[in-house]
Amino acid sequence: MDLKLGHYNKDGIEVVDVEGEIDVYTAPRLRELLIDLVNKNNYQLVVNMEKVEFLDSTGLGVLVGGLKRVRAHDGSLDLVCTQERILKIFRITGLTKVFGIHETVDAAIAAKKLEK
Amino acid sequence: MATVEVTFTPLPAHVRTARLVAAAVARRSGVDEALLNEVRLAVGEACSRAVEAHQRHCPAEPVRIEMTDQGERFVVVVSDHAPGASGAPAGANGNGTGPRGQVEVAHEEDGGVIPAGFGLAVISGLADDVHVSSTSAGVSVRMSWPSAITA
Repeated sequence: MDLKLGHYNKDGIEVVDVEGEIDVYTAPRLRELLIDLVNKNNYQLVVNMEKVEFLDSTGLGVLVGGLKRVRAHDGSLDLVCTQERILKIFRITGLTKVFGIHETVDAAIAAKKLEK
Repeated sequence: MATVEVTFTPLPAHVRTARLVAAAVARRSGVDEALLNEVRLAVGEACSRAVEAHQRHCPAEPVRIEMTDQGERFVVVVSDHAPGASGAPAGANGNGTGPRGQVEVAHEEDGGVIPAGFGLAVISGLADDVHVSSTSAGVSVRMSWPSAITA
Protein backbone atom coordinates (compact mmCIF):
# COMPACT_ATOMS: atom_id res chain seq x y z
CA MET A 1 0.00 0.00 0.00
CA ASP A 2 1.20 3.49 -0.82
CA LEU A 3 1.14 6.44 1.55
CA LYS A 4 -1.97 8.54 2.11
CA LEU A 5 -1.67 11.86 3.88
CA GLY A 6 -4.29 14.24 5.20
CA HIS A 7 -4.43 17.01 7.77
CA TYR A 8 -6.92 19.14 9.64
CA ASN A 9 -6.96 21.66 12.41
CA LYS A 10 -8.57 20.88 15.74
CA ASP A 11 -8.50 23.29 18.66
CA GLY A 12 -5.60 25.17 17.10
CA ILE A 13 -3.52 22.03 16.69
CA GLU A 14 -2.72 20.61 13.27
CA VAL A 15 -3.42 16.89 13.09
CA VAL A 16 -1.69 14.92 10.34
CA ASP A 17 -3.31 11.62 9.40
CA VAL A 18 -0.87 9.12 7.92
CA GLU A 19 -2.03 5.88 6.30
CA GLY A 20 0.06 3.18 4.64
CA GLU A 21 3.80 2.67 4.48
CA ILE A 22 6.48 5.21 5.38
CA ASP A 23 9.75 4.13 3.84
CA VAL A 24 12.63 5.44 1.74
CA TYR A 25 10.26 5.87 -1.22
CA THR A 26 7.29 7.53 0.45
CA ALA A 27 8.93 9.41 3.34
CA PRO A 28 9.80 12.46 1.20
CA ARG A 29 6.07 13.18 0.80
CA LEU A 30 5.57 13.24 4.56
CA ARG A 31 8.67 15.42 4.89
CA GLU A 32 7.25 17.89 2.36
CA LEU A 33 3.93 18.05 4.19
CA LEU A 34 5.55 18.69 7.57
CA ILE A 35 7.80 21.38 6.09
CA ASP A 36 4.80 22.97 4.39
CA LEU A 37 2.80 23.02 7.64
CA VAL A 38 5.68 24.60 9.54
CA ASN A 39 6.17 27.16 6.77
CA LYS A 40 2.50 28.05 7.23
CA ASN A 41 3.14 28.75 10.90
CA ASN A 42 1.75 25.51 12.29
CA TYR A 43 4.06 24.67 15.18
CA GLN A 44 1.78 22.43 17.25
CA LEU A 45 1.54 19.15 15.37
CA VAL A 46 0.05 15.75 16.10
CA VAL A 47 0.91 12.95 13.70
CA ASN A 48 -1.71 10.21 13.82
CA MET A 49 0.02 6.93 12.95
CA GLU A 50 -2.79 4.55 13.81
CA LYS A 51 -3.16 3.53 10.15
CA VAL A 52 0.56 3.27 9.42
CA GLU A 53 1.40 -0.24 8.30
CA PHE A 54 5.16 0.12 7.99
CA LEU A 55 7.75 2.56 9.30
CA ASP A 56 11.51 2.45 8.77
CA SER A 57 14.46 4.60 9.80
CA THR A 58 13.87 6.99 6.90
CA GLY A 59 10.41 7.67 8.28
CA LEU A 60 11.85 8.13 11.75
CA GLY A 61 14.27 10.64 10.29
CA VAL A 62 11.41 12.61 8.79
CA LEU A 63 9.53 12.67 12.11
CA VAL A 64 12.65 13.75 14.01
CA GLY A 65 13.28 16.39 11.35
CA GLY A 66 9.73 17.66 11.81
CA LEU A 67 10.18 17.75 15.57
CA LYS A 68 13.38 19.74 15.15
CA ARG A 69 11.62 22.25 12.92
CA VAL A 70 8.67 22.88 15.25
CA ARG A 71 10.92 23.08 18.30
CA ALA A 72 12.82 25.87 16.56
CA HIS A 73 9.55 27.81 16.94
CA ASP A 74 8.89 26.59 20.50
CA GLY A 75 6.38 24.10 19.13
CA SER A 76 6.01 20.37 19.56
CA LEU A 77 5.26 17.28 17.52
CA ASP A 78 3.46 14.44 19.24
CA LEU A 79 2.48 11.06 17.88
CA VAL A 80 -0.61 8.89 18.14
CA CYS A 81 0.26 5.22 17.99
CA THR A 82 -0.87 2.05 19.72
CA GLN A 83 0.45 -0.50 17.24
CA GLU A 84 3.11 -2.67 18.82
CA ARG A 85 4.99 -3.30 15.57
CA ILE A 86 5.36 0.44 15.01
CA LEU A 87 6.13 1.25 18.64
CA LYS A 88 8.90 -1.34 18.58
CA ILE A 89 11.08 0.68 16.21
CA PHE A 90 10.66 3.72 18.45
CA ARG A 91 11.79 1.65 21.41
CA ILE A 92 14.76 0.12 19.57
CA THR A 93 16.01 3.56 18.63
CA GLY A 94 15.27 5.20 21.98
CA LEU A 95 12.89 7.67 20.36
CA THR A 96 10.11 6.90 22.84
CA LYS A 97 11.96 9.36 25.06
CA VAL A 98 11.96 12.03 22.37
CA PHE A 99 8.36 11.99 21.21
CA GLY A 100 5.19 12.30 23.20
CA ILE A 101 3.29 9.17 22.16
CA HIS A 102 -0.43 8.99 22.86
CA GLU A 103 -3.22 6.47 22.39
CA THR A 104 -5.72 8.79 20.72
CA VAL A 105 -5.75 12.11 18.89
CA ASP A 106 -7.92 13.58 21.64
CA ALA A 107 -5.42 12.48 24.29
CA ALA A 108 -2.59 14.04 22.29
CA ILE A 109 -4.47 17.33 21.95
CA ALA A 110 -5.37 17.32 25.63
CA ALA A 111 -1.74 16.79 26.55
CA LYS A 112 -0.68 19.67 24.32
CA LYS A 113 -3.21 21.97 25.96
CA LEU A 114 -1.79 21.10 29.37
CA GLU A 115 1.69 22.02 28.11
CA LYS A 116 0.57 25.48 27.12
CA MET B 1 23.00 -21.97 -3.17
CA ALA B 2 20.48 -19.32 -2.30
CA THR B 3 16.82 -20.26 -2.25
CA VAL B 4 15.93 -16.98 -3.91
CA GLU B 5 18.13 -14.30 -5.39
CA VAL B 6 16.86 -10.85 -6.31
CA THR B 7 18.67 -8.04 -8.01
CA PHE B 8 17.06 -4.66 -8.47
CA THR B 9 17.85 -1.24 -9.86
CA PRO B 10 18.84 1.00 -6.95
CA LEU B 11 15.64 3.00 -6.76
CA PRO B 12 13.67 3.66 -3.53
CA ALA B 13 10.49 2.42 -5.21
CA HIS B 14 11.93 -1.10 -5.41
CA VAL B 15 12.76 -1.39 -1.71
CA ARG B 16 9.15 -2.19 -0.88
CA THR B 17 9.16 -5.02 -3.43
CA ALA B 18 12.39 -6.35 -1.94
CA ARG B 19 11.07 -6.48 1.61
CA LEU B 20 7.80 -8.08 0.53
CA VAL B 21 9.71 -10.79 -1.34
CA ALA B 22 11.93 -11.34 1.72
CA ALA B 23 8.91 -11.72 3.99
CA ALA B 24 7.29 -14.15 1.54
CA VAL B 25 10.41 -16.29 1.27
CA ALA B 26 10.88 -16.18 5.05
CA ARG B 27 7.33 -17.43 5.54
CA ARG B 28 7.94 -20.16 2.99
CA SER B 29 11.14 -21.13 4.82
CA GLY B 30 9.27 -21.59 8.07
CA VAL B 31 10.17 -18.40 9.92
CA ASP B 32 7.67 -17.80 12.70
CA GLU B 33 4.87 -15.41 11.82
CA ALA B 34 5.81 -13.26 14.81
CA LEU B 35 9.24 -12.63 13.27
CA LEU B 36 8.08 -11.73 9.76
CA ASN B 37 7.67 -8.05 10.60
CA GLU B 38 11.24 -7.98 11.85
CA VAL B 39 12.46 -9.67 8.66
CA ARG B 40 10.51 -7.18 6.57
CA LEU B 41 11.86 -4.18 8.46
CA ALA B 42 15.48 -5.38 8.66
CA VAL B 43 15.65 -6.28 4.96
CA GLY B 44 14.03 -2.96 4.09
CA GLU B 45 16.64 -1.10 6.14
CA ALA B 46 19.50 -3.00 4.52
CA CYS B 47 18.10 -2.37 1.04
CA SER B 48 17.49 1.32 1.75
CA ARG B 49 21.10 1.69 2.86
CA ALA B 50 22.35 -0.12 -0.25
CA VAL B 51 20.15 1.94 -2.58
CA GLU B 52 21.43 5.14 -1.05
CA ALA B 53 25.03 3.97 -1.44
CA HIS B 54 24.49 2.94 -5.07
CA GLN B 55 22.77 6.17 -5.97
CA ARG B 56 25.79 8.03 -4.66
CA HIS B 57 28.52 5.82 -6.12
CA CYS B 58 27.24 3.52 -8.85
CA PRO B 59 23.60 4.12 -9.89
CA ALA B 60 23.86 1.76 -12.85
CA GLU B 61 24.75 -1.24 -10.66
CA PRO B 62 21.95 -3.36 -9.19
CA VAL B 63 21.55 -4.16 -5.51
CA ARG B 64 21.58 -7.87 -4.74
CA ILE B 65 19.69 -9.90 -2.15
CA GLU B 66 20.25 -13.56 -1.44
CA MET B 67 17.76 -15.44 0.71
CA THR B 68 18.67 -18.91 1.85
CA ASP B 69 16.83 -21.53 3.83
CA GLN B 70 19.64 -23.26 5.72
CA GLY B 71 17.35 -25.58 7.58
CA GLU B 72 17.77 -24.16 11.06
CA ARG B 73 18.24 -20.56 9.99
CA PHE B 74 16.76 -18.30 7.35
CA VAL B 75 19.64 -16.19 6.04
CA VAL B 76 19.41 -12.95 4.08
CA VAL B 77 22.44 -11.24 2.56
CA VAL B 78 22.07 -7.75 1.07
CA SER B 79 25.11 -6.71 -0.94
CA ASP B 80 26.07 -3.44 -2.54
CA HIS B 81 28.90 -2.62 -4.88
CA ALA B 82 29.61 0.88 -3.66
CA PRO B 83 33.25 1.11 -2.63
CA GLY B 84 33.70 2.96 0.62
CA ALA B 85 29.98 3.39 0.94
CA SER B 86 28.74 5.40 3.89
CA GLY B 87 27.04 3.54 6.65
CA ALA B 88 29.63 0.81 6.61
CA PRO B 89 30.58 0.34 10.20
CA ALA B 90 34.22 0.21 11.09
CA GLY B 91 34.95 -2.97 12.94
CA ALA B 92 31.41 -4.28 12.83
CA ASN B 93 31.25 -7.76 14.20
CA GLY B 94 28.92 -10.64 14.27
CA ASN B 95 27.78 -10.59 17.84
CA GLY B 96 24.72 -8.52 17.15
CA THR B 97 26.18 -5.21 18.18
CA GLY B 98 25.38 -2.42 15.83
CA PRO B 99 27.43 0.40 14.41
CA ARG B 100 27.36 3.54 16.42
CA GLY B 101 28.82 6.97 16.17
CA GLN B 102 28.96 7.32 12.42
CA VAL B 103 30.44 10.64 11.50
CA GLU B 104 29.02 11.10 8.06
CA VAL B 105 25.50 12.46 8.11
CA ALA B 106 22.66 10.93 6.16
CA HIS B 107 19.16 12.29 5.59
CA GLU B 108 20.49 15.81 5.23
CA GLU B 109 16.98 16.99 4.30
CA ASP B 110 16.02 16.38 7.90
CA GLY B 111 18.73 18.62 9.22
CA GLY B 112 21.25 15.86 9.81
CA VAL B 113 19.32 14.54 12.80
CA ILE B 114 19.69 10.90 11.83
CA PRO B 115 23.28 9.69 11.53
CA ALA B 116 24.51 7.42 8.76
CA GLY B 117 24.50 3.87 10.04
CA PHE B 118 21.22 4.42 11.85
CA GLY B 119 19.52 1.86 9.63
CA LEU B 120 22.16 -0.72 10.47
CA ALA B 121 21.68 0.02 14.14
CA VAL B 122 17.97 -0.70 13.67
CA ILE B 123 18.83 -3.98 11.97
CA SER B 124 20.98 -4.95 14.94
CA GLY B 125 17.96 -4.42 17.14
CA LEU B 126 15.79 -6.62 14.94
CA ALA B 127 17.93 -9.61 13.98
CA ASP B 128 19.69 -11.64 16.64
CA ASP B 129 22.48 -12.50 14.20
CA VAL B 130 23.96 -9.69 12.10
CA HIS B 131 27.27 -9.56 10.27
CA VAL B 132 28.38 -6.50 8.34
CA SER B 133 31.44 -6.80 6.16
CA SER B 134 32.97 -3.91 4.29
CA THR B 135 35.53 -4.36 1.54
CA SER B 136 36.79 -2.29 -1.33
CA ALA B 137 34.15 -4.04 -3.43
CA GLY B 138 31.24 -2.93 -1.26
CA VAL B 139 29.28 -3.67 1.88
CA SER B 140 27.49 -6.88 2.69
CA VAL B 141 24.86 -7.18 5.42
CA ARG B 142 24.12 -10.73 6.51
CA MET B 143 21.16 -11.33 8.79
CA SER B 144 19.51 -14.49 9.97
CA TRP B 145 16.51 -15.66 11.93
CA PRO B 146 15.54 -19.07 13.29
CA SER B 147 13.32 -21.15 11.09
CA ALA B 148 10.39 -23.16 12.35
CA ILE B 149 12.53 -26.29 12.54
CA THR B 150 14.33 -25.02 15.63
CA ALA B 151 11.35 -23.22 17.11
